[in-house]
Amino acid sequence: MLNFELLIPELTLAGVAIIVILLDLVVTRKGLLPVVSIAGVVVAAGFTIAMWGSSSQALFNNMMAVDKFALFFKLLFLVIAALVILASTDYVSKFARFQGEYYALVLLSALGMMLMAATAELISIYIALELTSISLYVLVGFLKDPKSTEASLKYLLLGAVASAVLLFGMALVFGFTGQTQLGEIAQAIQGMSLAGVLDSPGLILGMVLMVAGFGFKIAAVPFHMWVPDVYEGAPTPITAYLSVASKAAGFAIILRVFYSAFGLPSWLSLDWGLVFAVLAAIGMTLGNIIAIPQTNIKRMLGYSSIAQAGYLMVGLAVVGFSSAAEVVGRSSLLFFLASYALTNLGAFTAIIAISNKVDSDLIQDYSGMGKRAPLLALALTLCLISLIGMPPAAGFMAKFYIFSGAVQHDLLWLVIIAVINSVISAYYYLRVVKVMWLGKPASEGKVLSSGALRLALSLSCLGVLLLGIIPGYIMKLAEMAAKMFAF
Amino acid sequence: MDFNYLTTIIFLPVVGAILIAFIPGLSDRLIKRLAALFTFVPLALSIYLFTIFDRVAGGIQFEEKLSWIPAINAHYHLGVDGLSLPLVILMAFLGFLVVLISWKIDLRPREYFAWLLLLETSILGVFCSLDLLLFFLFWEIEVIPMYFLISIWGTGRKEYSAIKYVVYTLFGSAMMLAGILSLYFATGSLSMVDIAQGGMAMVQSIMPVTAIFFLLLVGFAVKLPVFPLHTWLPDAHTDAPTAVSVVLAGALLKMGGYGMIRLCVSIFPQVAQQYAPLLVAFAVVSVLYGAAVTLRQTDLKRLIAYSSISHMGYVLLGIFALGRVSLTGATLQMFSHGVITGLLFAMAGLVMHNAGERNLSKLGGLVRQMPIIAVIFSVAGLGALGLPTTSGFAAEFLVFVGSFSSTAVAGIQVYTILGVLGIVITAGYILWMLQRVFYGPALKQFDKAKDADILERGYIFAFVAVIMLVGIYPAILTDVIKAGIMPVMGLLGG
Repeated sequence: MLNFELLIPELTLAGVAIIVILLDLVVTRKGLLPVVSIAGVVVAAGFTIAMWGSSSQALFNNMMAVDKFALFFKLLFLVIAALVILASTDYVSKFARFQGEYYALVLLSALGMMLMAATAELISIYIALELTSISLYVLVGFLKDPKSTEASLKYLLLGAVASAVLLFGMALVFGFTGQTQLGEIAQAIQGMSLAGVLDSPGLILGMVLMVAGFGFKIAAVPFHMWVPDVYEGAPTPITAYLSVASKAAGFAIILRVFYSAFGLPSWLSLDWGLVFAVLAAIGMTLGNIIAIPQTNIKRMLGYSSIAQAGYLMVGLAVVGFSSAAEVVGRSSLLFFLASYALTNLGAFTAIIAISNKVDSDLIQDYSGMGKRAPLLALALTLCLISLIGMPPAAGFMAKFYIFSGAVQHDLLWLVIIAVINSVISAYYYLRVVKVMWLGKPASEGKVLSSGALRLALSLSCLGVLLLGIIPGYIMKLAEMAAKMFAF
Repeated sequence: MDFNYLTTIIFLPVVGAILIAFIPGLSDRLIKRLAALFTFVPLALSIYLFTIFDRVAGGIQFEEKLSWIPAINAHYHLGVDGLSLPLVILMAFLGFLVVLISWKIDLRPREYFAWLLLLETSILGVFCSLDLLLFFLFWEIEVIPMYFLISIWGTGRKEYSAIKYVVYTLFGSAMMLAGILSLYFATGSLSMVDIAQGGMAMVQSIMPVTAIFFLLLVGFAVKLPVFPLHTWLPDAHTDAPTAVSVVLAGALLKMGGYGMIRLCVSIFPQVAQQYAPLLVAFAVVSVLYGAAVTLRQTDLKRLIAYSSISHMGYVLLGIFALGRVSLTGATLQMFSHGVITGLLFAMAGLVMHNAGERNLSKLGGLVRQMPIIAVIFSVAGLGALGLPTTSGFAAEFLVFVGSFSSTAVAGIQVYTILGVLGIVITAGYILWMLQRVFYGPALKQFDKAKDADILERGYIFAFVAVIMLVGIYPAILTDVIKAGIMPVMGLLGG
């Protein structure tokens, strides 16, 4: 069946990306480019929302699934892309050349992520992943200064290794099951006896290698080494983009693969559940502890994102431990990703606005921001509080939801590690808050920000508060989305 | 009930905070008046609730319940009973008075009053919430205003004290969160009322009940504070601005005691009975250790801060003696300590402000310059050491009588007698402090020191009036408290 109408959001985005590149050649007012890009994103989002009501369908011989799970993620990526483009306008308008390419690449990587959320077949997973990654490699190096170039090269090299590892893992899984389609892999594994699976260490190795490949995308320990350098060197809007969208896409694909292909038999899912639980505990502890001595706020948020990946993996562990019918692990993961995306985007938008003026990413240069830009400082404070996981911000509800799933599956030890980690994280997040509100301002100059930045910031902060105070609606959406398409 | 009294009481201060923070161009005077208005109305409303509270029927009244997050079965569920109503009044009372106490703040008043009002909302919310998630939400919100209030408007090592406070509190609440999650999993409900009524029957799961009990208890013990989790308290109190010390000692510590009765004792009566001897021992250690350390303090505010540890030890003793009278006493002691220590901190603030000195060895003879302050400070001090006709006497008497006669804990008499010794030490440090500050030869450097002005006289007399009222006629509160304790006793099987 070739139901191309199910791909309309993706096709729209691809079309807009091409239009933006072409437009860049002919128009002189570059301010038009972000407007067109955002309009394209909004249209694509409109199509995505319109598809929410219809039932799940498979596409191209079960290569793709258009289910609520995929739609949820598609919508999330589109929201993220729109906010990132909004936050980029100031930043990009300083570039002499390649403005069109910048927006087009953001759109193309968003397209890759949307495909990642929907694919249910190993080869198309790999292609979607590469579309995303290659766009991001270029974007990271967009500043063309030594730091940005170094970051891009590091990201490219490590990313290529991760892709190779992933591909090798996929090849092994294919070798032992003879299938590339996730549902058929699942059937092949269920067809094997316990002894049969134990006799095929290659299959297990394939799974482990796939975890490693995806682990790179979500910046999970021990595949996190690229994070601080890349986050520091990349243009700040791209850092924001990496920290939320790339991570969310990674989780989308992990959920799809591990749930669909390796969800049964249950002892297999218990095993990888435990692997993720251990990785989660290590990830959050390591990320939080190394974040403490950081002096550059982008590096600090880099380590913080490693820790957040740890909290998210608590959700993955829960998925491994729960039965197929139970949605709490998956829905709490989706909710956490949504709230984390808004929070981190808000934080980075505030950082972009501040660094536009003070031209520095050092925490000490944020001194006295409470005086120089009270609303910016307030917004950043709210986002940092949300990252700690304190009410009334979204981060609290997200943690509550994800931990409540963990407690249900006898992972109280993991929850206790996680909550203690929240306390550790409070220390370094609050350090930024302290510098902003208690420090002496370096100069009296007010920090002004452009309308686009203010819009992006207010939208994300509004989202953070909304998800923190009345999360019911989004939780319901997440619950609906968590019922994945079964092949 | 047509009018949502509790919602109004809880959220008026935060409405005030938002107005103060975001209306541009408010003068300092107007900010203070707005703050006073938005704290006075909750006080008036809470007193009105107190008068129409049905003492005979008891139970939970003025209930409000709305579905909040269907996915996790959380409700926006408010209500007060005899246990929480006195604490709501206490917080509303202190909330209004601390605005008056802060009248002379001129450093960044806009932010100051906004944080202060947000703090009041969060504490009121804790006392009124009947849903565990809502309770925890309000419990956590309090940390951020406290952090800013101590670290910006404090004195001394304020930033260190503020972060120490935050880390301790967050550690406690992290444990509590784990406990609440376990409780939610074990019962499938977040309603305190349902869980308490279902009792242990609902908590029959693979989860060890004792573990949940202690996870929750740690959160409350940090806040109360119980020895050895108390070390944040002297620092936070000493370095906080006066008004914040008043709220901290007056209402914030009570969140711990309230939580213990509401969650630990009401939900896990059997576990509470099993571990009561241990906790009572901790209470006595807190009382004696707190009092002994207080004896050797030389800083006026630090002295009062340490005395809180000792006084909150009585609360713990009263709670885990698990008797009807002792629990009533513990609740009354929370109220009484809130008012008395609130007044002590307010007076210490006045002395510091007017004399410019807080070191006890450098103060002296101030009774000549500030006779009114001297008298009121003495009244507060006598209240703290439990002199009859003050609320301190009524509360501590009930705690001791209740504990001594309690049958729930073996050997409680010995503990009670040890606890009573704390009174003797209290008398020692209170009288010593009053003597050092106010008596002895007049010192030249304080010649210019002023007495309380008219506004200050107003609020200190309000404190004294409440202390005396409850001291002379404690039944005004104990009637209400008893109505709240009865259901708890029913659970304890007494």
